[in-house]
Amino acid sequence: MPLTLTPEEEAMLAGEHGPAIALSMRIITELGRIRGAEELVDIESVHIDGCIFYGQAGLDFAQKLVALGGQVKVPTTVNVGSVDLIHPTLILQNNDREKWVYQGGRDLMQAYVDLGCRQTWTCAPYQMDSRPDVGANIAWAESNAIVFANSVLGARTDRYGDFVDIAAAITGKAPRGGLHLDAERHGDVVLDCTSLSPESLALDVTYPVLGYLAGAIAGTTNPVLVGIPSDVSEDSLKAVGAAAASSGGVALFHVVGRTPEAPTLDAALGPHINAPVHHITPQRLNAARQELSTAREDKLDAVSLGTPHASVDEIGEAYDAIIGGPALSDGVAFYISTGRSVFAEADRRGWVKPLEEWGVTFVLDTCTYVTSILRPGTRTVMTNSGKWAHYAPGNMGVDVVLATLGECVESATTGRVTWNRELFT
Amino acid sequence: MTTITGWRVTSGEAEGAVLKLDAPVSFWGGIGPEGDIIDVHHPQHGAVVTGHILVMRSGRGSSSGTYVLAELLRLGIAPAGIILTEPDGIIATGALVAAELYDARMPIVTVSDEDYARIEDGVTVSIEMNGDNALLTIN
Repeated sequence: MPLTLTPEEEAMLAGEHGPAIALSMRIITELGRIRGAEELVDIESVHIDGCIFYGQAGLDFAQKLVALGGQVKVPTTVNVGSVDLIHPTLILQNNDREKWVYQGGRDLMQAYVDLGCRQTWTCAPYQMDSRPDVGANIAWAESNAIVFANSVLGARTDRYGDFVDIAAAITGKAPRGGLHLDAERHGDVVLDCTSLSPESLALDVTYPVLGYLAGAIAGTTNPVLVGIPSDVSEDSLKAVGAAAASSGGVALFHVVGRTPEAPTLDAALGPHINAPVHHITPQRLNAARQELSTAREDKLDAVSLGTPHASVDEIGEAYDAIIGGPALSDGVAFYISTGRSVFAEADRRGWVKPLEEWGVTFVLDTCTYVTSILRPGTRTVMTNSGKWAHYAPGNMGVDVVLATLGECVESATTGRVTWNRELFT
Repeated sequence: MTTITGWRVTSGEAEGAVLKLDAPVSFWGGIGPEGDIIDVHHPQHGAVVTGHILVMRSGRGSSSGTYVLAELLRLGIAPAGIILTEPDGIIATGALVAAELYDARMPIVTVSDEDYARIEDGVTVSIEMNGDNALLTIN
């Protein structure tokens, strides 16, 4: 069946509602054809990823929509941009490329504000006040936001990317295909984690490593994790999803006994009862963590937390790990990236000032790996993020160690990278 | 000479040498501003995609891949065409937007697993469209 449009949608495509809607509809309908959708679906919210500046093309597209009179039709949040608008001097402008990104990044963020987006500037819109309900159709971009919305919230978004996000926001429509459909949401492959010790399952760093393996094993299919404690935190699930969407193309995972579409393994798998089973052993976790950790030197230059953006709880955990302990070592930079609303709440709880006095640099509106924040000469960075560890060596030419929050803080106070290579049991 | 019929994801015509990847690459974080594979974990790290028919099983990684591909097309350093075994919305959108903004038309095609196995690294492939059919000729 080819894609069938309603009379209203035909009118939007034909330009009767203006040129910005027509251009946006051309992209939505062509994407619908590619995905084999038979109709479009009305969406309740959009999360925009296209506001990070990677070059002129993105700015050309957003400014074209502004010039054509485009305005979003549904509540629309924005991902991080390339500039911390609250602390603009954090963004380095030491060379022509950095200056280009700074100016282009500001112009791009302004264009999305002009299109009517809410100035959230976070990759973790699910940490904000209003979240979509189970079963709600939404059009979210940014791979970690997509996988969180589908897996943890049980909302329904396909893998939308830059440009489709704003086209969906301007039309209020998306193709009814992919993960909007029941049939696409069952598990395809099982990761059996029952051989991991309770101690390992209680560690923060277990979850980004599990996510990294889940992405490597599942690719673009839906992994199902078995043997994870039913009270595992949203922050741990965030880490699983972000890493699985980086090492693979995972947009939905299930955790049996924890996530909304997986009360049981049978429910998660649906008709896929013969899904292959992979046994996740401690040895496999240790090997995966060692593979992600590229650092060869033991002098530490920086720690980066908050990818995806730190939650209130995660800032609280950093506060507990840092305050009352040793001072930050000279020459080590310590970053926590987070969103404006989470930062404001952490500040209300009295955590921000002591952390800043100890030496933490809070990065808002953006993230340490999408723009120039790390000092020149930074070589070795520790992070608790599987996504950061996966992308930073290629993006920024630094070496990383994926570590627990405790290892990150201890190393930051000594200035030497300290980690237990055989942590998982 | 071998011919393969695939399915049109995006329109366009192309001819070039095949760069067949052992693992999918994410455009974002995986392809650098010079058109080379910068993902240090990728088995073909350092290979240049510019002007090649990029052949990989599927898309992968961050949704900002769209943006990177549109920018590669704007700069004229994108692959000449892309062959996959399953349609990928992220890659397709980058090509659709570049066509809207710059009239830069890069064909993206899907082929069956069987045909995918027949396309070897280094061979020259031409791609042309006939409706929703993509006609691939391997020399």
